[in-house]
Amino acid sequence: MRLIRRALSARGFASALSSVTAIMVGLLVGFIILLVSNPRQAVAGLSIIASGGFTGGMKGVGQVLYYATPLILTGLSVGFAFRTGLFNIGAPGQLIVGAFAGIWTATNCQWVPQPMLWLFCLVAAMLAGALWGAIPGLFKALLNVHEVIACIMCNYIGMYLVNYLIKNTNAYDSLKNQTVDVTKAAIPRWGLDNIFYSLKGRYHDVSSVNGGILIALVLAAIIYVILNKTVFGYELKACGFNRNASRYAGIKEKRGVMLSLIIAGALSGVAGGLMYLAPAGGLHINVVEVLSTQGFNGIPVALLGMSNPIGIIFAGIFVAYIGQGGYYLQRMEYMPEVIDIIIAAIIYFSAFALLMRQGFDSLARRLGKDGQR
Amino acid sequence: MDDYVIEMLNITKDFPGIRANDDITLRLRRGEIHALLGENGAGKSTLMSVLFGLYRPDGGSILKDGKPVTVSNPNDANALGIGMVHQHFKLVHNFTVLENIVLGMETTRGGALRMDKARGQVVELSKKYGLSIDPDAKISDVTVGMQQRVEILKMLYRENDVLIFDEPTAVLTPQEIGELMKIMRGLANEGKSILFITHKLNEIKQAAQRCTVLRKGQCVGTVDVADTSVEQMSEMMVGRKVEFVLDKQPARPSERAALRADRLCVRAGRGGKLAVKDVSFSVRKGEIVCVAGIDGNGQRELVYALTGLIQPESGRVFLGERDVTKASVRERNKSGVAHIPEDRHLHGLVLDYSLAENLILKGYYRHPFQKFGFLRFNPIRWHAERLMNDFDVRSGQGAHTTTRSMSGGNQQKAIIAREMGEDPDVLIAVQPTRGLDVGAIEYIHKRIIAARDGGKAVLLVSLELDEVLNVSDRILVIYEGEIVADMLAAQADAQTLGLYMAGSRGGKAV
Repeated sequence: MRLIRRALSARGFASALSSVTAIMVGLLVGFIILLVSNPRQAVAGLSIIASGGFTGGMKGVGQVLYYATPLILTGLSVGFAFRTGLFNIGAPGQLIVGAFAGIWTATNCQWVPQPMLWLFCLVAAMLAGALWGAIPGLFKALLNVHEVIACIMCNYIGMYLVNYLIKNTNAYDSLKNQTVDVTKAAIPRWGLDNIFYSLKGRYHDVSSVNGGILIALVLAAIIYVILNKTVFGYELKACGFNRNASRYAGIKEKRGVMLSLIIAGALSGVAGGLMYLAPAGGLHINVVEVLSTQGFNGIPVALLGMSNPIGIIFAGIFVAYIGQGGYYLQRMEYMPEVIDIIIAAIIYFSAFALLMRQGFDSLARRLGKDGQR
Repeated sequence: MDDYVIEMLNITKDFPGIRANDDITLRLRRGEIHALLGENGAGKSTLMSVLFGLYRPDGGSILKDGKPVTVSNPNDANALGIGMVHQHFKLVHNFTVLENIVLGMETTRGGALRMDKARGQVVELSKKYGLSIDPDAKISDVTVGMQQRVEILKMLYRENDVLIFDEPTAVLTPQEIGELMKIMRGLANEGKSILFITHKLNEIKQAAQRCTVLRKGQCVGTVDVADTSVEQMSEMMVGRKVEFVLDKQPARPSERAALRADRLCVRAGRGGKLAVKDVSFSVRKGEIVCVAGIDGNGQRELVYALTGLIQPESGRVFLGERDVTKASVRERNKSGVAHIPEDRHLHGLVLDYSLAENLILKGYYRHPFQKFGFLRFNPIRWHAERLMNDFDVRSGQGAHTTTRSMSGGNQQKAIIAREMGEDPDVLIAVQPTRGLDVGAIEYIHKRIIAARDGGKAVLLVSLELDEVLNVSDRILVIYEGEIVADMLAAQADAQTLGLYMAGSRGGKAV
């Protein structure tokens, strides 16, 4: 609790206020789209979106946490790289490569004792993601190739590579054109299914939430500590703020660039692992030519959370919450595509408005600076 | 009855925790050059920001041509004919000179840019006031001096008649300073009124008619420059007598060289031209060797090669007997090299870090600042507080102040505290007093001399002749990457040095 309070008071009331303002702007834009596509139900629709997961009771809340898990991790991935002065737009690629590594080890490493198999697979996912982050890191450090270019290319390479590998390994379910079930390596639920369920008569309609959310929270705390309490974080942030001063101080900035993208990649890899190793008929990687949405949504999550690990937790939950609201919006007469547009607009405007707000802040700071002369 | 163009009466401006301007009155006559003198943090910039509409004063009034006006933003100021050249120029670097001048006041026809008319006006203005520019050159390609002339033309193009210059000479070479003084006098003769913010007394003597002195947010007084000596003005500014000639014992260098460069050649950037050509010299313990020269003659590359920021093309660098040519920056630091960099914002500080964090920039990885890879915040804070106390670094919120919000002088003091607080064997100081006021300069010079007397080797790189002659024991003059003179400071004088610096006395060092 103390940790959270200190993290939030660091930048203080203003940053929380700006996040809330940003969300308001996003909701307003969403409302306009609702009005345009179906004016009759716009108000009701907005209230469904705004009440998010709560519409579904405890199960709905559980679903929010379930969908927030990968978002928090990709948000951390992007946010961590931001803090060190790098734009990791490669989260979708790192996520899918990590996901495949997790699924492949789940199908092929059955010799690992079953209770530990999920952890083993998760580590594999993390390493694969780290590798996928290391590639742009290597290009940036050695050849000064901009990380955005390298990351975007790695996104596509990762996606096509995974499609290719799925089809050519025993992780392929050719009937459904997707990966096989990996129930043996499912992430434990750790009792969360006893909290987040809805009663249907005497039947427990449990949500999909699992231990992954706790792992995400722990990783966010670890990243927070690394960034703010360690020598390593001090070096990385120094590189992010001022690369020249870091070199002047004798910090090995190339090593910093490498490690930063490796850690960012590892976080996205874990996101992929947690998504696809989720228990109870979890997700499967479909062999389609689409980049992972959860990967890209790490960017607005990181922006909305102001690259602060604790802020990212809340931002991830918010984005999942709005997404869940969109899911329940299907009860109204809105086409699924329109719902997608509305949700995307809310998420992206939230991040965008925040960016503008940051601009105002820095303007105010600059004016304030002259005053202290 | 005096003809005042601007009157700022009883201006008061408060900031949280500090009164930046306390009941200050400043009157600017038409057609005069009026200097505003004060130490860093005395409130000069705040006062000008009030006049320029960046701040709203908490008390007092502003009169233009005798009529009260409110200036609530820079556009108001512009409409009143008040223009400002900021210390850090506000130019678009990938625009041409002409585009920068007309920016915001473009002449258009039917929405399309019509530059011919603007070009005519700009060329005419530049002729009239002797501001030579190349209208079609990109800002990123022209010298700092020309960038400044562009800023001046921007004001003239907007038909401003009150011109504020915020420390205009801080970034200029001695020649460019002379040029600027001439331009300012020309502008005043044409009826423009000039407010000239500075803390360099000889410039005031050269250019200004009257001078208002601020100290700690208060107005000490307004004097006629002609009747006031430099010593009197500096006493008004600092509040005590300042020693201009440093009390300095003769150097007693040891025989052993602490820092030695051997036939060093350095390229400017990868594949650039050779910026340092076959330079050899040594600095002994207990002496201050100064590299004098006009900016851009290879000083930067020389220092980078000595400190390990770039690898030399050929030649070697020694620390004592040890060859450190291939050593990293960190290894050199550990071997006792301290480096006060030329550009405090580029290299010296991480501006978004707090003061305490910046003060451990070179030593964060050592005991007692870390344990098992975790930063130890208490020792870091104590360290910062000790250095702030020892080196008189002032900041709004103590060790936790964001360095970005500190004044330039205190930022520089923070760097000096960090570098000298490490008790280095070799101190490489590049323009350590750039942009500082006389009080701070005196202090830093004393520190450097004290370090020398403590047996340190000091390499000072400076563009200011006064500093070169006052502080150093031995002078090397660098011209186009070569050392063209090597002499004892006691035998040097400004004329000879100036000639060597300008390259008109060629030849190798004797």
